[in-house]
Amino acid sequence: MVRNADRSANKPSPTHARGDSADEPFGSLVRFPGPDPRKPARDLSRRSDVDEWGRSERARRLIRRLEGPYYDRWFRVEWEGLEKIPRAGGALLIANHAGAIPSDAPMIMHGIEAELGRPVYGLADNWFRTVPVVGTAWSRGGGVPAHPDNAHRLLHDQNELALVFPEGVKGPSKVVSERYRLRRFGRGGFVETAMRAGVPVIPIAVVGAEESMPILYRSQSLARMLRIPYLPVTANQLVFGPVLGTFLHLPAKFKLRVLDPVTFDVEPGLERYPRGRIMDEAETIRQNLQENLYDMLAKRRSIWFG
Amino acid sequence: MAAALERDPEVEILVGMGTGAPSVELERTEYVRADSSYSLLSRIVKATEVDTIVHTFLVVDSSSVSGRALHETNVIGTMNLLAAASATSSSVRHIVVKSSSLVYGSHPANPAWFSEETPRSRPARNRVERSLCEVESYVKDFAQDNPGVVVTMLRFANVLGADIDTPISRNLSRGIMPSIAGYDPLIQFIEEEDVVRCVEFAVTERLAGIYNVSGDGKLPVSEVASIAGAWRLPLSPFMTRQAAAPLVRLKLLSLPTELEDVLRYGRGIDTSKIARAGYVPSCSSAGAVERFAQSNRLRRAVGDHLPQYRYEADVEAFFKHSPSVVR
Repeated sequence: MVRNADRSANKPSPTHARGDSADEPFGSLVRFPGPDPRKPARDLSRRSDVDEWGRSERARRLIRRLEGPYYDRWFRVEWEGLEKIPRAGGALLIANHAGAIPSDAPMIMHGIEAELGRPVYGLADNWFRTVPVVGTAWSRGGGVPAHPDNAHRLLHDQNELALVFPEGVKGPSKVVSERYRLRRFGRGGFVETAMRAGVPVIPIAVVGAEESMPILYRSQSLARMLRIPYLPVTANQLVFGPVLGTFLHLPAKFKLRVLDPVTFDVEPGLERYPRGRIMDEAETIRQNLQENLYDMLAKRRSIWFG
Repeated sequence: MAAALERDPEVEILVGMGTGAPSVELERTEYVRADSSYSLLSRIVKATEVDTIVHTFLVVDSSSVSGRALHETNVIGTMNLLAAASATSSSVRHIVVKSSSLVYGSHPANPAWFSEETPRSRPARNRVERSLCEVESYVKDFAQDNPGVVVTMLRFANVLGADIDTPISRNLSRGIMPSIAGYDPLIQFIEEEDVVRCVEFAVTERLAGIYNVSGDGKLPVSEVASIAGAWRLPLSPFMTRQAAAPLVRLKLLSLPTELEDVLRYGRGIDTSKIARAGYVPSCSSAGAVERFAQSNRLRRAVGDHLPQYRYEADVEAFFKHSPSVVR
């Protein structure tokens, strides 16, 4: 990412080098310099590899190292139909969303980056940005606030992969008795974004995330008081204790099934698309995803061993 | 009024106006000292029959002036300027307004990149942003009412340079880069000479419309500190204002409200429109910080004895010889 030779040549003085990467999160922990052929040459004054979205490949590498064992051993993630995700060109990935602290987003991002070697930007509620530390880590790890302009730039102008959970916060906040039942897909904004950008929507059915951190009870009033989207009591907290259980997921077996890409036969780049068409498409995608989830659940013999 | 704005060589066009004495040597410019609301302007415009007004006196730093002075200069000053330009038999054919990307604000709901048409996601809450939005709405009204006048509005990202005084440059000169602990947003910069070139470009090309102007790329605040060799001062994410107040009081830190928001959520403006029009800044965002850091080191080593501003030869030549500059 950062040019090695230029890097040292560019340091004007030893005092100047002090701040180098020590200030950036994760920057000092891992150092794997090396040019990245995907991106155009950076200007020589840059000292970190943070891109225009706040994503840093160096931070990603650290996250992937930490997530690796989680992905391979803990959740034992298994993909089906990974070849349907294009190796080049933009596509909007959507998935069902679950678990008090959703484990599906990092696993999907990790899986695609590890297996296909291309970055995935996770679009999420801009609430993340407001949380100190978490917001910065989220951004360095490829999180982007879900704004239509951001999605369009990523998908259309930069031909990247973007992951979005159309259920929004309603997905991970549902209690255990409602698991695997898809919520409403917002107002179908993801369909409109894909139409405008002229990219396919690729749905991914995720089984396992629901059981990795099931919500037993959630408090609306406390969450409102603390100004967070929801405040759950999870099974994990009963199993691992209140501290560890807040962050540690249960080792459910993860199965991801990539469904056929959905393309829309409309002209890209329009200001507006018919509302009815958007809602129809969103509903079709939702139903297809729901059927696939039921199918996968019917075939699953064990929550923990798949 | 910010001394830096006066130092912009646009002031050199025929008649310069400012509230203070010009801080650079102006060779062919007649310079008029005005009051803070530029009430003299209409008489000068009438008397000199200028055809281009370059409006660079907007204050974009609320820590440098009081709230009232800010309103007086930005809003009332602009109103006077527009009144002068729209008077009957006015000779003005082109107005260039130097605005700021502050009009977009900084908010978590903002897109990563603002295009010229993207509206603010929340109404302005601080004085500078409010007054700039007001100014821009007057300018837009003026453009609508006077179709014969070309109106250019340039929204600049954070300007950095040896001769311009902004909250960020003030902090960096003191060797600190304030930041809010736990936040590391992306921000943009433009070099002051690029600002000058851009205004020159707007004047010569008679650009019409609103344009975002910034150096390429975005930098996290942490990287700004590391490029500039400044110490990153983390402020409490909660009650930031109160936490910073003692330092601000002691004049060790400048932290106007509008900067605080930027340090929390950052801001990005999309410059593809002005790039399509043909203007390319010479410095990227990182380059602007780098150049600023270099000029700072030079200043620390040799003191303030350098000539304050050395124009680029082409800019100088433009203001002296270009036929589009009215003399």
